[in-house]
Amino acid sequence: MTDTFGYLNLILQGAVVTVELTLMGSVLALVVAFAAGLGRLSRFFAVRALATTYIEFFRGTSIFVQLFWVYFVLPLAGIQLTPMQAGVLGLGLNVGAYAAEVVRGAVQSIGKEQYEACTALNLGRWQSMRHVILPQALLVMLPTFGNNAIELLKATSVVSLISLADMTFQAQVVRSQTGDTMFPFATILILYFIMASAITWAIRGLERRMARGLDGVRT
Amino acid sequence: MDWDWNFVWQIFPTLLEGVRITILATILGSIVAAIVGLLIALARRSENRVLARTVGFVAEFIRGTPLLVQLYFIFYVLPDIGILLPPLVAGVIGLGLHYGTYAAEVYRGGIDNVPRGQWEAAKACNLTARQTWIHVILPQAIPPMIPALANYFVAMFKETPLLSAITVLELMNQAKSVANTYYRYVEPMTLVGAFFLVISLFSVVLLRWLERRYGRVER
Repeated sequence: MTDTFGYLNLILQGAVVTVELTLMGSVLALVVAFAAGLGRLSRFFAVRALATTYIEFFRGTSIFVQLFWVYFVLPLAGIQLTPMQAGVLGLGLNVGAYAAEVVRGAVQSIGKEQYEACTALNLGRWQSMRHVILPQALLVMLPTFGNNAIELLKATSVVSLISLADMTFQAQVVRSQTGDTMFPFATILILYFIMASAITWAIRGLERRMARGLDGVRT
Repeated sequence: MDWDWNFVWQIFPTLLEGVRITILATILGSIVAAIVGLLIALARRSENRVLARTVGFVAEFIRGTPLLVQLYFIFYVLPDIGILLPPLVAGVIGLGLHYGTYAAEVYRGGIDNVPRGQWEAAKACNLTARQTWIHVILPQAIPPMIPALANYFVAMFKETPLLSAITVLELMNQAKSVANTYYRYVEPMTLVGAFFLVISLFSVVLLRWLERRYGRVER
C-alpha cells in the first residue's frame, strides 16, 4: 500500500512538470501568436512574408518532429538546450503558429466601420489597434485560445520522448518498475482530463468577465 | 553541422519503407475515425438519455487527454486483460478513436445544418428512422462536411510519428533507428521534417480545392 502511495507521488511530481510546461509554453505561444498574427496583417511585405513562413512551417510539421529536431539537430549547430528549454521552445512555437491564425482571423472579423471610426477620430494605426480593435478582437479569440491551450497541454506528453520527466514519462517509469499498466496510465489519463477541464473552466470564467458591459455592442 | 548527400541517398530506401507505413496508418486511421465519428454523433442524438450522456462524456474525455497516453493505454494495458494487438493495429485504433471524437463534432454540425423541413418531410412521407437517415439526412449532411473532415485527416497524418512510441516502424521510427545506427541526426530528422512539410503544403492546395467543391470549412 505504501508502494502505491510512493508511485502516486512520482506521478504527481511529473504532473508538476506538465503544469509548468503548459504554463510556460502558453506564455511563449501567446507572445509569438500576437507577433506573427499581427505580422501577417503588416503593411510591409517582408514582415508578412516572415510571419507567413513561420506559421506555415510550424503548422506543416507535427510537434513531435519539431521537438526531435530542436533536441537533436540544434546541438550540432552549437545551441545546447536542456530538455525543459527544448520542450518550452518547441511547444510554444508550435502552438503559437496555430494561435497566430486565430489572432489574424479575430482582428479581421472586426467590422470595417470600426476602422472607419478610428480614421474619423484621427487615431494612429497603433492607437486604433490598441484602444479599439484589439479589445473587441480579444473576446473573439478567447474560446479558440482555450482550445489551443488544451492542445498544448496534450502535446506536453510528447516531451517524455526527449527524456523530460513529465507525467507521461513518470507513468512509464512506474510501469517498468512495477509491471502494472492499469494504475499508472489510468491515473494520468484522469489527471490530464482534470487539467483540460480546468483550462476550459478558466477560459469560460475569463470570457464572462471580459464580456461584461459589452451586451448589445456585439450582435 | 555538415550535410552529407551520400548519406541521404544511402538512407533513402529505409525512409521510404517508413513512408509506406505512415501512409497506410493514415488511411486506415481515417477510415476508423470516419466510422467512429459517425457512431458517436448518432449516439449523442439518441433518444436514450443515458446512452447519449455516456457517449458524450467518453468523447469529451478522449478529446481532453493526449493521444500518446491513449496509445500507451491501448498498447500496454489491453494485453493484460487478454487483448493482444500488433503495434500497427493498436496505433490505427488509437488514431481512429482520437480523431473520431473530433470528426463527431463535424458530423454534429453537418447534421444540425440540415433544415428542419427535411425531417418533417421525411416524417410526412412515412419513412422509418433508418430510411430518414440513409436516404434524406446523411446525403445532404455529408458533402458540406468533407473539407472539415479532410482537415482533421491531414492533422492525423501529421500525428502519425507518435506511433513510433509504440514500436510501429513508420517514418519517424525508421529515421530514429537510422540515426542511432550511424550516429548522424541531421539528415534523417531534417528529411522527416521536410517530408511532412511538403505533404502538408500540398494538402493545403487539396483542402482549398475541396472547399471550393463542397463548401466552406467551419471555424
